[in-house]
Amino acid sequence: MPFNVLVLTCLAYVAFLFVVAFVVERRASRGEMRFLRSPVVYTLSLSIYCTAWTFYGAVGSAARTGLEFLTIYLGPTLVFVGWWWVLRKLVRIGRRQRVTSIADLISSRYGKSNLLGVLVTVIAVVAATPYIALQLQSVTLSFSVFAQTTPETWVMPDRDATAIWVAAGLALFTILFGTRNLDAKEQHHGIVMAIAVEAVVKLVALLAVGIFVVWGLGGGPVAMIERIEAYTDPNWAIQPGRWAGLIFLSAAAVITLPRMFQVLVVESVDEAHLSRASWAFPAYLFAMSLFILPIAVIGLDRMPSGTNPDMMVLTLPLQEGQGALALLAFLGGFSSATSMVIVETIALATMVSNHILMPAWLWLRPQAALSGNLRGAILLARRLSIIMVLALGLEYFRLSGGSAALAAIGQIAFAGMAQVLPAMLGGIFWRGGTKLGATLGLSIGFATWGFTLFLPSFGAGAAISAEVLQNGLFGLHWLRPQALFGSDGMDPLIHSIFWSLALNIAGYAAGSLLSFPDPVERIQGAAFVNAFDDELQAERLGWTHGQAEPEALMNMAQRIIGDEAAISFFEAEARAQGKAGFLPDLTPSFLAGLERNLAGSVGAATAHAMISQLFGRATVTVEDLMAVATEAAQIMEYSARLEEKQGELSRTARQLREVNEKLTQLSVQKDAFLSQISHELRTPMTSIRAFSEILAEGDLPKARVAEYGQIIHTEARRLTRLLDDLLDLSVLENGAVQLNLTLSHLGQMIDRALAVSSQTRPERTFDIRRDYPSEEIYLRTDADRLVQVFINLISNARKYCASDAPVLRISVRQKGGRVVVDFIDNGAGIAKDAQGLIFEKFARLSDDGRAGGAGLGLAICREIMANLGGTVTYLPGQRGAAFRVTLPLRMDKLVMEKQDAEKLR
Amino acid sequence: MRRPAAPLFLARAVYRQRRLRDAARLLPIFGFFLLMLPLMWGSAAGAGRVAVYVFGVWALLIGLAAYVAPGLAQPEADAQQPEDA
Amino acid sequence: MRQVLLIEDEANIAEALRFILSRDGWEVSVVADGALALAEVARLRPDLVILDSMLPGMSGLEILTALRADPLHQALPILMLTAKGQLRDREAAERAGVSAFMSKPFDNSEIRALVRELLGA
Repeated sequence: MPFNVLVLTCLAYVAFLFVVAFVVERRASRGEMRFLRSPVVYTLSLSIYCTAWTFYGAVGSAARTGLEFLTIYLGPTLVFVGWWWVLRKLVRIGRRQRVTSIADLISSRYGKSNLLGVLVTVIAVVAATPYIALQLQSVTLSFSVFAQTTPETWVMPDRDATAIWVAAGLALFTILFGTRNLDAKEQHHGIVMAIAVEAVVKLVALLAVGIFVVWGLGGGPVAMIERIEAYTDPNWAIQPGRWAGLIFLSAAAVITLPRMFQVLVVESVDEAHLSRASWAFPAYLFAMSLFILPIAVIGLDRMPSGTNPDMMVLTLPLQEGQGALALLAFLGGFSSATSMVIVETIALATMVSNHILMPAWLWLRPQAALSGNLRGAILLARRLSIIMVLALGLEYFRLSGGSAALAAIGQIAFAGMAQVLPAMLGGIFWRGGTKLGATLGLSIGFATWGFTLFLPSFGAGAAISAEVLQNGLFGLHWLRPQALFGSDGMDPLIHSIFWSLALNIAGYAAGSLLSFPDPVERIQGAAFVNAFDDELQAERLGWTHGQAEPEALMNMAQRIIGDEAAISFFEAEARAQGKAGFLPDLTPSFLAGLERNLAGSVGAATAHAMISQLFGRATVTVEDLMAVATEAAQIMEYSARLEEKQGELSRTARQLREVNEKLTQLSVQKDAFLSQISHELRTPMTSIRAFSEILAEGDLPKARVAEYGQIIHTEARRLTRLLDDLLDLSVLENGAVQLNLTLSHLGQMIDRALAVSSQTRPERTFDIRRDYPSEEIYLRTDADRLVQVFINLISNARKYCASDAPVLRISVRQKGGRVVVDFIDNGAGIAKDAQGLIFEKFARLSDDGRAGGAGLGLAICREIMANLGGTVTYLPGQRGAAFRVTLPLRMDKLVMEKQDAEKLR
Repeated sequence: MRRPAAPLFLARAVYRQRRLRDAARLLPIFGFFLLMLPLMWGSAAGAGRVAVYVFGVWALLIGLAAYVAPGLAQPEADAQQPEDA
Repeated sequence: MRQVLLIEDEANIAEALRFILSRDGWEVSVVADGALALAEVARLRPDLVILDSMLPGMSGLEILTALRADPLHQALPILMLTAKGQLRDREAAERAGVSAFMSKPFDNSEIRALVRELLGA
């Protein structure tokens, strides 16, 4: 088997994976997700549980300690078979809360505390770094295995260089497909599919080697079992403590390992897939484990003694001359290692960027939440985190020299991540768990794990001095790392698991029992523990009505989740609220939804902080706590909605009543219209007729003739004016009026109106108060018509203002594109019940102020103003009669056309 | 307002589904118990026999889970789950 | 000389009626405000009241009703003028006990004849 063929195969395989991921991403972005949504892909993606540690290490472990390797797969089997307990809830919560990582889950559950997010992230990175190093090590080892067998064709590049190349390739792949977009949920369809393909490859490879070993070398299954039975090794005896302890440890690991959480919860597209995976994933593990023991036994039997049992999957076929099988095994191991590194890196990078880099960046630049390219910053943070995580793994590999047995490193990582278990299970099953408890438990557990397992694993004298290892910290005998409190009869691994978790749980319980959770914590606690109570989930997380503008929120959302996604989210929310456009009301449920959406990109704590920033540090109020008290809140909300509806109904009823009242009054008016018209016409006619008859008699003195002739003339003019008014009104009402738009000075128009109206009751002296500077406005309008309105209002004041020292105040204001002119006198004003009627025709209020008008003046004014695109209204509460004229500063064609259209309607 | 009290006796389908859930909850406990049994066999049992037993239990658990899972995946026949709430 | 009290707020109409009726030899007084009308009637004790229906202060119908309520004026001839010309007004006035009813505008000769008749000349 030439080494360069191996390298070429390897490159071709990687290229194939690239293509798979690329095609799937393309399809997913076009919405073709059907084949991605299959439970088979979900189950296969879970197989990243089986890393190179399984593929190579399981045989090594079996060779050293017999059946113990099985515990690593039995724990997950129990967890999956019992999915109804924990997994179901975890997946539900993860989807509901848009959890992006295990650190996000813990942070979100305990009041969106970023401290906890940081803590879990640190634990995860510390625990995973050796594990990633382990994968790099297995890949380089497998390369070197091939290089040794064919020294003549290829010079093995040095070990570090291979690791660097592999790490760089993985970084490239992860960045390409892991940070293509910032999804609302942190999902990577391309990667998941590539992982699923790799899962098939490693299963097929291991089964192929196993079948070759059992049937090709071992003589069939029965003979194989006999050979195993006959094999005796004192190390193969099952140690009860380790057996039970490791089953528990692996059960804990399968839900707490960052990469497992990533595929199990974060990448889950359908909760229903879990029920299929509940037996299919154990079946996968079963198949992976089936031939481990035979390979180990045959390997130990046939390989020269001193062979590294960790590489037997590869070396056994090579020794038997099965080059193709060895190549397949190599690809299986390569798949195991790469898929683990890719997913682990994504999971860790998400945590590091969401809980460490982004909060730090926002803390350094608080204004960045409101401005700047946040999306770019997040992507950059994500990419930097990926490179950092891989660099850490690589560095660990180079420093450690990769000597430790594969199994040991895996177990150390498991034990480290298991520290998250109490906070996690407590968080989803116990509402009493608090932030302080979780912080305390995690810190104590992490420290204990580090002291008793992680640091000693570097070897005596490396991280912990031999002195401390022997005599305990500070020389205290009961603080020996591997015999805490004098428990020196235990296996070091079990010892560490026992003490770290015991102290962890104690700290968690004590901290929770002694502290009081803050409101956000209590709300989140209820949301997590009652994840299946659908009604409770509707209105979660109390955003009270603060003073954020929807625009500002949209702006921020756009910069985080992208323009299209943000706009369509806002639009959908607005539509759900029954509003047109893109800006929904800032209801608590909308804000909670928005926060969840943002949390998908930046994590719960950061999203909460960002919205808080825009929301003026809104905190959760007593009312929100009521929402935690569930049903009461629902009822309250329901009744509030009813009340709102009732209010709406009574508003409508009131409007109807008002309209009805007006109609009744109008019908009375209309009835009186003819009688009024008749009266107004007949009165001048009476005088004219009587005097013309008198004059016709012809025997009057000349002075009398002149006097009576004058009367006839006056009354005739009065008649004409009345007819003019009626005609005017009818033209205005029908909209057939021709407007003569010019640019006119407002002050001058008021001057004109004052001059004309001074003829009305000229004997009265009015104090006219004006503010001349404010009248310095040029209006584009029909000046004659506007002056007509002014004359009418001023004349009315002159006629009806009963004050002894009458004052008329004319004030002008500009408001947007509109001008407001108020005419306010100091008379008695107009009675409230009459205010609605004065603009109707012939609505002279009483007869005592009649001064020759027919009661058409204000009706004409109203029509004129409507034609000028404005209004004239009565201003109540001014201690006198007050009229407000409002009109556009520039009346243009558009306004006119709009009015025409309205009239046609 | 309280939720309407849960009925004392459930319809047959709902009853079966609840017992299925109970079975799903018991399964891992049952499995853990079976997997602990080899610890009591002492050194008399060789690796081959223990392996056959463990793989047998494993297959049994997978089979039972596969039998129970479709029923559990059904949409809940009853909207509320008093046991969980 | 028989006294005629003219209750009319339109100055020109009052002037026309005053001119016509004084030429016929009646003594004519004019009140323009409805509110003052009753006091004038009490003071002048006219032989005939000519009453406009629309007046400031107190409407013609109100004055009519008030006068008829006073036993002193039960037989007083009252001529009502109206410019509204609606049947309803006329009926209301007749129910209130008006002696005669006339629409504006009117023929001079018509009103002169009616006044003569009402004054029993």
